Amino acid sequence: MDVMFAHEFMRNALLASTGIALAAGVAGYFLVLRGQVFAADALSHVAFTGGVAALAFGVNEFFGLLVATVLAAVLLNSLSVASRAGDVEIGVFFALILGLGVLFISIYVSGHSTSNSTGGAGVLFGSVFGISAGQARTAVFVSIGAVVCLLVIARPLLFASVDSAAAAAQGIRVGVLGGAFLLVVAVVASEAVQVTGALLILGLMATPAAVARNLTTRPYAGMALSAGIALVATWSGLTLSYLVPTLPPSFAMMAVLFGLYLISTGILAMQKERS
Amino acid sequence: MIDALDQLFAYQFMQNAFLAGTTAAVLAGIVGYFVVLRGEAFAGHTLAIVGFPGAAGAILFGLPQLLGLAVLCTASGLGIGVLGRGAVRDRHAESAAIGTIQAFMLGLGFLFVSLYKGLLEGVYSILFGTFLGVTSAQVLLLLAIAVVALAALALIGRPLLYLSVDEPAAAAAGVPVRVLSIGFLVVLGLAIASTALITGALLVFALLVMPAAAANQLVARPGLAMLVSVGLGLIIVWSGLTISYFSDLPIGFLVTGIGFVIYAIARMARQLRGA
Repeated sequence: MDVMFAHEFMRNALLASTGIALAAGVAGYFLVLRGQVFAADALSHVAFTGGVAALAFGVNEFFGLLVATVLAAVLLNSLSVASRAGDVEIGVFFALILGLGVLFISIYVSGHSTSNSTGGAGVLFGSVFGISAGQARTAVFVSIGAVVCLLVIARPLLFASVDSAAAAAQGIRVGVLGGAFLLVVAVVASEAVQVTGALLILGLMATPAAVARNLTTRPYAGMALSAGIALVATWSGLTLSYLVPTLPPSFAMMAVLFGLYLISTGILAMQKERS
Repeated sequence: MIDALDQLFAYQFMQNAFLAGTTAAVLAGIVGYFVVLRGEAFAGHTLAIVGFPGAAGAILFGLPQLLGLAVLCTASGLGIGVLGRGAVRDRHAESAAIGTIQAFMLGLGFLFVSLYKGLLEGVYSILFGTFLGVTSAQVLLLLAIAVVALAALALIGRPLLYLSVDEPAAAAAGVPVRVLSIGFLVVLGLAIASTALITGALLVFALLVMPAAAANQLVARPGLAMLVSVGLGLIIVWSGLTISYFSDLPIGFLVTGIGFVIYAIARMARQLRGA
């Protein structure tokens, strides 16, 4: 263990993952509660294209991600308010966004020598061991901000998520709240790209929440549990990947999460059988 | 013009790419019509993602890529079909579960690719498609898969159409709903495996959903719509391959971009006619 913490890259990775896991766990809990897992899926696709676009045009990567995910969040929110877009429309949109991402990758790769072309794979599947001390600090600050925002709006958001009509009747501005929530998700998603990569954000957001919901129905306990599970998964994923270098860190995290999900589903099934 | 055509087909790999692309477009165009009709775009998305570890695993263990794709895609089509219609449907839990499985599968694919040494090339061509390196053996296997899938679809086509349009009436008339639904998901798995060979696992919608969705905007009669869908798919894949050959643009971007333009035009045409 001492050896593990002696590496600076490992300390940065752990620090950044801790913040991001907490934020993703809490945000994910609301996503699952509100049935917006597919919105997060859309955001992760957009994050990929935003990330490679930033690489292709030499803009700061986090900035590119943030612009892309926030724009997508605004668009998704207005779409779901105006008219519920169907599967097919969303699917066509997904494919187009990913296709654009491929174009940006090819612009990026042809603009650089091949030795430097690993950036694209980092955007797809994360590059947690490449996080600098400055990036780790930014990740922690952004994550703390996101968690604070979520806790501030937690009560009305829970109410609006469970019963939107009743919440609206009580004077809660459901639309504004939902929009604000998606914005926070967009910010968390663009930070999470460093840890899990754009394609695996969904795992860090949806899975801890799914596990927590298998284990408890109480909202605040579920939220805390979801954040805790995300934390456990990222830490053990990083440790596993450190001990067995052939395992990519983002895969190790997904494997731990998937294992926890299977276990929690088993526990839920046993509880149902007993009652 | 003739010179250009000569040049295009001068190489064996380009002939193979056109044969494979044509086969995939025909199969995906017909199967895609049912996907759009039945609103199963997300099942398609999930099956396609499962194709990524299928293809990567096959390459890692030295098996034909198409075989890995086909086995994993049809197996998960079967799995979704059998598990998807449980007694109690909790949509939120279901989408969280799908998100969890997707993230794990993508992570697993990444593990396989990183265990296999050719990291970058592998990730990009499996995820986003390539027209290079389609072998004659793959074309033959692809043709065999397409024949089997289309024969199966011809067998279940009429009752499936009935079922897709009006499930209660079809069930009352004695159509075996469950068997047909599962059978269709298996055919869908085969179609996705074939398409993924050219478009990549993440971009199968370019041939599976975009042409069918566009056809659905233009004509109402099922048989005619399937024909139009196949025709549009062929336009997408042929023009994509040709432009990609003569320019440096990636095939994945071209097929999704062309597909999107066709879909957008079809939507506009419908609105103009409606006005």
